[in-house]
Amino acid sequence: MAAISREEVAHLARLSRLAVTEEELDTFAGQLDVILQAVAQVGKVAAADIPPTSHSVPLTNVLREDVETPCLTPEEALSGAPDVDQQRFRVPRILNEDLAS
Amino acid sequence: MSDLTTKTAAEIAALVAGGETSAVEVTQAHLDRIAAVDDQVHAFLHVDTEGALAAARAVDERRAAGEPLGPLAGVPVAVKDVLATKGVPTTVGSKILEGWRPPYDATIVERLRAAGTVMLGKTNMDEFAMGSSTEYSAYGPTRNPWDLNRIPGGSGGGSSAALAAYEAPLAIGSDTGGSIRQPGAVTGTVGAKPTYGGTSRYGLVAFSSSLDTPGPCARTVLDAALLHEAIGGHDPRDSTSIPQPVPDVVAAAKLGATGDLTGVKLGIVTEFAGEGAEPGVLAVFREAVDALTKLGAEIVEVSCPHFTYALPAYYLIAPSECSSNLARFDGVRFGLRVGDDGSRSLEEVMSLTREAGFGPEVKRRIMLGTYALSSGYYDAYYGQAQKVRTLITRDFTAAFEQVDALISPTTPFVAFPIGARTSDPYQMYLADLFTIPTNLYGGPGISVPCGLSDGLPVGLQVMAPTMADDRMYRVAAALESAVGTFTPPAL
Repeated sequence: MAAISREEVAHLARLSRLAVTEEELDTFAGQLDVILQAVAQVGKVAAADIPPTSHSVPLTNVLREDVETPCLTPEEALSGAPDVDQQRFRVPRILNEDLAS
Repeated sequence: MSDLTTKTAAEIAALVAGGETSAVEVTQAHLDRIAAVDDQVHAFLHVDTEGALAAARAVDERRAAGEPLGPLAGVPVAVKDVLATKGVPTTVGSKILEGWRPPYDATIVERLRAAGTVMLGKTNMDEFAMGSSTEYSAYGPTRNPWDLNRIPGGSGGGSSAALAAYEAPLAIGSDTGGSIRQPGAVTGTVGAKPTYGGTSRYGLVAFSSSLDTPGPCARTVLDAALLHEAIGGHDPRDSTSIPQPVPDVVAAAKLGATGDLTGVKLGIVTEFAGEGAEPGVLAVFREAVDALTKLGAEIVEVSCPHFTYALPAYYLIAPSECSSNLARFDGVRFGLRVGDDGSRSLEEVMSLTREAGFGPEVKRRIMLGTYALSSGYYDAYYGQAQKVRTLITRDFTAAFEQVDALISPTTPFVAFPIGARTSDPYQMYLADLFTIPTNLYGGPGISVPCGLSDGLPVGLQVMAPTMADDRMYRVAAALESAVGTFTPPAL
């Protein structure tokens, strides 16, 4: 049985903000199915009472001194942006036109 | 080929310091070599000729003024395109960052400059460091100098191929699941993954933040140690940086080079010594184990039962972190933007930009991670993988109570032909079978060339406890003193 359907892959692509093509959906559905069946092996390990590890470095609450240090100028920070307006990142409209007007 | 390009970093630094050659002469020799062979190898995505020569002149001027020079002053270095370099293009092997010139340097790049090394340029890599062959670079594959029809490993194939082709004596890589060690193994060069947190991630384009570890690549163990020392150590700009000094890796490499491993106890990982590796790799590995025994090491077998589950756990954890990290590539602050013609919403532009900017492997991993993190699947996939990570860490801890370091082949197979594994992504993932456990644990690992199988290089991996990076350098240098270094056929 397939671990993941074509429809589920289409949903994942939407969640991932990837405008994938129909052809890609066919390819990815097959490939992700193979990968998911393989990685599902982790389920064979008896680990109910094992604590999870998110990270290997046992550091918590790493703080720095509250002192000013040099940082990027606005021009530097905006230097790689696709579109800039008055020292800001310009983005396409966020609300649809009915709401925006 | 100039004699200067076949020298080690340690030799070049001594020649520059002694005034027997200049940093400019050394740099020009490497730039000439790149011009001569890189159309065949394609190790570099960008060669910074002017920047390199300016940095070299600065070293020569400092020497002329009688100022002290560091141990790597005047030595050229190639930098994997995953690290931000101020004003120098940084693409991460992806179209989504094509043309981006970062406004700042990564900490490692800052330290390379401070050490007086000369950055030659940026090396090719699998897109966002996701891959084991450099075939997933959006800018075309790098070729293995040992056989131009074969892969140089990945994701840092460009860095390792540059070393093997004598285009650079030193290179920087980054290792999330083996991306320094596996290319090292298949190109006959040395690659070291430091302890996680031992080298700064500031300015390293993130793939999987709990695993990503930048580190040194070189043609000799001593050179790798010298580079490790220059780039390692605490960085307040990285909150996971370990606030301790770099272990004395250079002294350890020198000690190892004496060829005496008396009193050192090494464990062969049972799970990695039989199945999973091709016969030629296992045969060369066994000869290397014999060599280590002759050097005085005591060899025992150690079982690490959960290592079998490292690959599946990794391919849940790393894609999960990647799906989150790569959300920043949204066509707003840097890089590509597609479809912004006034008729489309932000979300549509974002989806079109990511569709056009990311290659297939990156898309697969983003979707895989999105799946593993979604409610309903989280506990069975991501949550379970994190528990397996704990068990793998416990395997390492128990093993290091019995032995000083663990050894295995670095990779299950030698360099495979270009195109052999791209149609089946999971077959590509198997290339990192032996390197991944170390990343999940967070300890250091090094690959050192140990022989040839059918004329292609095989690497031996040494894995050491967290912050005991010096131990792996000692063992690797000792093996190197016994088996020598390996030179590919002339290009």
